Amino acid sequence: MGENKKDELLHDHNHDGVDRRGFLKCMAWAGTGALCVMQGGVLKSYSMSQMSQMGGKAAAGELSFVQISDSHMGFNKAANPDVVGTLKAAVDKINGLSLPPEFILHTGDISHLSKPEEFDTVDQILKSATAKDVFFVPGEHDMLNDDGKQYFDRYGKGAKGAGWYSFEKKGVHFIGLVNVLNLKAGGLGSLGPEQLEWMKNDVKHLKHSTPIVVFAHIPLWSVYPEWGWGTEDSGQALAVLKKFGSVSVLNGHIHQTMQKVEGNVTFHTAASTAFPQPQPGKADSPGPMKVPAEQLKSLLGITDVNYVRGQHALAIVDSTLG
Amino acid sequence: MIRRLVCIGGLVAGMSALGLSAGSRSTTAKTQQTVPANMEVKIDNFSFGPTTLTVPVGTTVTWTNRDDIPHTVVSTEGAFKSKVLDTDEKFAFTFNKPGSYSYFCSIHPKMTGKVVVQ
Repeated sequence: MGENKKDELLHDHNHDGVDRRGFLKCMAWAGTGALCVMQGGVLKSYSMSQMSQMGGKAAAGELSFVQISDSHMGFNKAANPDVVGTLKAAVDKINGLSLPPEFILHTGDISHLSKPEEFDTVDQILKSATAKDVFFVPGEHDMLNDDGKQYFDRYGKGAKGAGWYSFEKKGVHFIGLVNVLNLKAGGLGSLGPEQLEWMKNDVKHLKHSTPIVVFAHIPLWSVYPEWGWGTEDSGQALAVLKKFGSVSVLNGHIHQTMQKVEGNVTFHTAASTAFPQPQPGKADSPGPMKVPAEQLKSLLGITDVNYVRGQHALAIVDSTLG
Repeated sequence: MIRRLVCIGGLVAGMSALGLSAGSRSTTAKTQQTVPANMEVKIDNFSFGPTTLTVPVGTTVTWTNRDDIPHTVVSTEGAFKSKVLDTDEKFAFTFNKPGSYSYFCSIHPKMTGKVVVQ
């Protein structure tokens, strides 16, 4: 692997936690495919070209799952008149992965207008995925008009409070959070004291070495508060997770891939399967970004995540739909 | 009878707003404008325009969503609440009591606005 050093990035968490150059390089790869592996508190990033030379060893973990996000079923404007087609393309992409994922995480905005037929269509399309289990958290578009009643009826079985829950898979602890309810005027996403208290109790019994994956719709880090891209009490949630050596936070909402490493936490946002949104501050508003039809699929995508036991590793790979 | 009174009151207030604008070239006239007719607020690019609207008592304000993304119009104090407005959908509310009514989009809470009823 020595000859590959130039494409390898190391983030030393003993220093300030963020290697800016490395972070930017990792971001530049996002969308075209990057592999970020966390090993013993040090994040290593590889380009896709390196992965083929690695013989798939680092990518082939004991637990593999896929994150999809923001399918916005029902959206029919110019930015993507065929959200059914692009969600189907995402499922095809999932079904074509060399390492079949065990399950799918959907990080919200399943529907565009919370209409029953929109949820039905997504459920129907996801049935064709080889991975049968799908774990959801709601986006704000899934809780319109009824404070989330329909969402809870469909997806909330076994969930606590306003729909949050946790589960274990092969030694990894997953926490699904809800940060799209009871939003205050002028504010950001919100978890609320009840959910934070539940979370504290949920992780109390876990060993510090347990890898944690937190997933929620709105980013749990301050991506761009001016556009509401952040969660006001996310700091309290992260404080609860401080004792853990490996925390991965997976979000949606901003319809573009972004990654940040801070101490023990790797933050990652997934692309949408429906339409792209502009980079922070690069447009008048965060509304749907219209791009030429032939470019659209290069801005939509899925996120493939692998956990390698013993190596203490979570590998996150974004790939576009076209 | 009542309607006519409102109209006259609005006309006078409108003239004084014009006077203020001409005399001082003040930009405050934009938010101080008082117009008798029904008023409109446009939702464009994730913002309410005008952000602050001053109207006489009895005015019906209509919000129109011109974005590709749905929005809502929700009073911070609970005075009114629209259903979700998809593209080109409207919500109207008649303000029968004087006061300051702050509102926001409950889906995108960074979007805030105010109606001042005099």
